[in-house]
Amino acid sequence: MSTVVAKDRPRAAVHKFASCDGCQLALLNLGEDLLLLSSLVEFVHFAEAGQVNPEAPVDIAFVEGSISTAKDVERIQRVRARSRFLVAIGACATAGGLQALRNLADGQAWIADVYASPDYVDSLQSSTAVAQHVKVDLELWGCPVNSRQLIAAVRALLFGVAPFEEHDKVCLECKRAQVVCVMVAHGLPCMGPVTRTGCGALCPSFGRDCYACYGPAENPNTEVLGRRLEGLGLAPAAIGRCFLSINNGAPPFTEAGLRRVHEHD
Amino acid sequence: MTEQRNIDIRVPVLARVEGEGALEIRTQGQDVTAVRLRIFEPPRLFEKILEGRDHGEVPDLVARICGICPVAYQMSAVHAFERLFGVDPGSWVRDMRRVLYCGEWMQSHALHIHLLAAPDLLGYDNAIAMARDHPDIVRRGLLLQALGNDIIRLFGARSVHPVGVRVGGFHHVPARSDVTEIYTRLSAAIPDTEALVRWAAALDLPAAEQRFVSVSLRHTAEYPMNAGRLASSAGLDAGIDEFESHFSEQQVAHSTALYCLLNGQPYLVGPLARVNLNLERLPAAVRAALDESGIVWPSRNPFHAIVARAAEIYYAVLEAARILKDYRIPEAAHAAVVPRAGVAIAGTEAPRGMLWHRYDVQEDGRVVRARIVPPTSQNQARIEADLRQSLEALGLDRSDDELRRRCEMVIRSYDPCISCATHFLDLRVERC
Repeated sequence: MSTVVAKDRPRAAVHKFASCDGCQLALLNLGEDLLLLSSLVEFVHFAEAGQVNPEAPVDIAFVEGSISTAKDVERIQRVRARSRFLVAIGACATAGGLQALRNLADGQAWIADVYASPDYVDSLQSSTAVAQHVKVDLELWGCPVNSRQLIAAVRALLFGVAPFEEHDKVCLECKRAQVVCVMVAHGLPCMGPVTRTGCGALCPSFGRDCYACYGPAENPNTEVLGRRLEGLGLAPAAIGRCFLSINNGAPPFTEAGLRRVHEHD
Repeated sequence: MTEQRNIDIRVPVLARVEGEGALEIRTQGQDVTAVRLRIFEPPRLFEKILEGRDHGEVPDLVARICGICPVAYQMSAVHAFERLFGVDPGSWVRDMRRVLYCGEWMQSHALHIHLLAAPDLLGYDNAIAMARDHPDIVRRGLLLQALGNDIIRLFGARSVHPVGVRVGGFHHVPARSDVTEIYTRLSAAIPDTEALVRWAAALDLPAAEQRFVSVSLRHTAEYPMNAGRLASSAGLDAGIDEFESHFSEQQVAHSTALYCLLNGQPYLVGPLARVNLNLERLPAAVRAALDESGIVWPSRNPFHAIVARAAEIYYAVLEAARILKDYRIPEAAHAAVVPRAGVAIAGTEAPRGMLWHRYDVQEDGRVVRARIVPPTSQNQARIEADLRQSLEALGLDRSDDELRRRCEMVIRSYDPCISCATHFLDLRVERC
């Protein structure tokens, strides 16, 4: 893995593709720490913060959003070519986002249904993860990613070590935090057993079921969870929707979701 | 270049517009012949994503439309379903939703004022550069933004795409100790926010009287957030269910956002429209701060939006503190929800203006069809009208750079959800 060697301050960029802007907020919501971060890395391109120079070469490029237009297919190539270390941040960049649901439907028909003049709209029929187009050095999963994840990644890169990647399941985080299991105690259709941690087990700590916004964990046993959800009374179509949600484009979830939906046919 | 055509749409659209935009201006002699705010944010087709989804999933899905105002999307959605299903979540839920919305207004407005708009007005490229010369101003703004975010976190565990809202109420009841901590910080912030209004009013804002129609919700007793009727400065007074009889959306070639018009004309939504239409619903302290500003309210100067935004932060801090002062733990965080078929409609006041949702729901509570009209698509036609008037008022003999800077300021003053894009406007002036 390549590392960033700081000559002066390492240079960083934040690029936006199809997204809600929420992952960039992990930076913009840092408060005074944003000023501290700016003293550690130089943001040469971060449009929302006012720095515009998308073509400048950088040490670290953060990419938010999915690739969903012909122009963006070209733009992500340019971003890659100008970046030493490319970090995909959030569900859109790592799995195509909620909008990847169009990949499973007739994307062109969707566009025609929404726009009176679809020919005005530059939009591919698919919405895909950054890694399907260029080499990605690090993926930070989550919808949205949080400031802790981003700062940890920047710190690791500044120290020249490989950033830590979360792979555990949300269940483990619940156990560590001594959160009562919402599936066992309340019979809720929790996605925690197959979902990557990193969020802090927020939903179970609020007494609700996890809805998998951090994507699939390592070796997710989607088949067994599906059977458990069935045992809780969910119909196959409803189980399918649990997988085909925010991270529907992540292969283990796409596969598990489609299998349940087709069971229904 | 594609010729602009206006076409009535068949199916509603939600084109999210936080992203890339560009500006095109064409002039002929002293006439502005074309002004186009080009928005080419890739569409994410949310209306289609929502089809077939259970009403219970919708609050978490629509939050993903906007990372800056996810609470607004959640609020419009839950109110729509509760109206259709005949659910009354009770006064605790009603009050806490108001506090939650105060949090979102605070963080969104503080972000806009300090990180997006102020650098323009004080002559900097960005807030980080501005912070070197104006550390106290930036620090005050970031603290208010953080307080807003922490209020959202109190009810939603995180500030972006919070997880606490559900149809019928909340998933979680905040602990008294956490509420007390927020209440203490709110009380301490009151003088800061009052000072913020004074600071905003003292900014050197261009004088630019324009004719425009303001639109917002109006409530019988409150400054509008989660409920009210549709009102305009031209006399509109209609129920929220009548939105589609007065407002229509059109697609144009140069934007993936639709243009929403009121009786075929541009109009303004957002803080300035809300203040203009709801002055007598503001508490005396906020009203006094506005009167001391030296601005005559209602204001016809679109640049006064930043003062309105500051006044709404002041209001949000006072309102949240008022509600949380006597916080009580409820018996339940949410009411029972039994779905039924029909049309679910609601409008609430997002930080950037009225956000209207409509869901056609089938018997089992799943969505058949969705329509969402966000504030930015409502302001888009008004922004272009403003650009045209501003350019004519400024005079076309100015340099390209000066014209570009003024246009950027105009666009940014609306806090469109393409705020990031408006920081890299690619201005093309074609002079004939």
